[in-house]
Amino acid sequence: MAHAPGPDSIALLDRFTAALAARGVVTEAQIAAQIERTDLADPRIGAAMVARAWTDPDYHALMLRDGSQAAEAMGVSMAGAPPLGVLVDRPGVHHLVVCTLCSCYPRAVLGYPPHWYKSAAYRARAVRDPRGVLAEWGTTLPEGTEIRVVDSTADYRWMVLPLRPTGTEGWDAARLAGLVGRDVLVGTQLPVAG
Amino acid sequence: MPDEAPLPVPATHDIGGAPRFRCTPVEPDDEAPPDAFGKRVDALRQLLAQRGLMTVDELRRGVEAIPEAEYHALGYYERWLRSITALMLEKGVVLPEELHP
Amino acid sequence: MTRFTPGARIRVKADFPETRGPCHIRTPHYLRGREGLVERHLGAFRNPEDLAFARPAATIPLYHVRFDQPALWNEGQAGDTVLVELYEHWLEPAA
Repeated sequence: MAHAPGPDSIALLDRFTAALAARGVVTEAQIAAQIERTDLADPRIGAAMVARAWTDPDYHALMLRDGSQAAEAMGVSMAGAPPLGVLVDRPGVHHLVVCTLCSCYPRAVLGYPPHWYKSAAYRARAVRDPRGVLAEWGTTLPEGTEIRVVDSTADYRWMVLPLRPTGTEGWDAARLAGLVGRDVLVGTQLPVAG
Repeated sequence: MPDEAPLPVPATHDIGGAPRFRCTPVEPDDEAPPDAFGKRVDALRQLLAQRGLMTVDELRRGVEAIPEAEYHALGYYERWLRSITALMLEKGVVLPEELHP
Repeated sequence: MTRFTPGARIRVKADFPETRGPCHIRTPHYLRGREGLVERHLGAFRNPEDLAFARPAATIPLYHVRFDQPALWNEGQAGDTVLVELYEHWLEPAA
């Protein structure tokens, strides 16, 4: 479990922000505004991208070509954000994203990472025992499916574009997006209709 | 890799495949979104980067410099705060007496 | 200019700079000395090993490289793979 910050850390943060404010480097108002901007990023953005890709071949092609542009097309400002890469599942290949070195995560389209993504257990095990990790979600892949674990080590941030589930013929993008939770976008879960 | 020579012990943060965690469960319900402390640290990281005072690479280097026992004892955003404050001290943006009176 | 093209068999250098002093590297230890397949060139980025110390940083090619996953650990399921971003200076042609 995540634990609350210790009193030393809280005191250090207070002194640090006070020093930065006193020097005019960063003000309290700027911190508040930045938190507000950051809070806007949410897995629903990634879900909307996936649903649009499932229903719009041109957008699907754009996602493959340039994930950052595809995010911009959904109204997300990617200025200053690392490039977004999209990992396309196909029959027989499923992607799972981890960062073994720290916790790189496509924050522009998924928001803050959940605690488990940052945990030592996930970081250590995903590259070695991916099927055991998926089992913790109750996720089993169709027979014969290979797992491609993507260790997000460098300049890109990665999201998964899963296969559109069967039983969703005729669904519109809004309804499809409802099937795509955050963990689907990381690859620990599969979207399921119904 | 040949099995003959033992490989060096990986750095503290370099834990892909680390045997010590192989039996530790991953808990999908363990969400723990950042609290006010975490959000403030995160916002500071972004603001200081926007001002050209640090890069994500420097943040990582600072996190990696935390001794192993503390690395695993500190929370995620506590590690960031440790790294960011060390960087700002290193660059003279803040002074030691301001942070550790 | 990139040194490797998609499909090239490469070997990650079996180097451990962390044993020689302070450094920052983005090549996970478990891939050092391992052979993989270049999947694609991802672009050119400034070398994080220098950026981390606020040193002047050259822009270098970054590749997506795929590794056979069970071979890395002597366990796992045949066919599973690991795909990792690696900088060019960590790669050499596989013998």
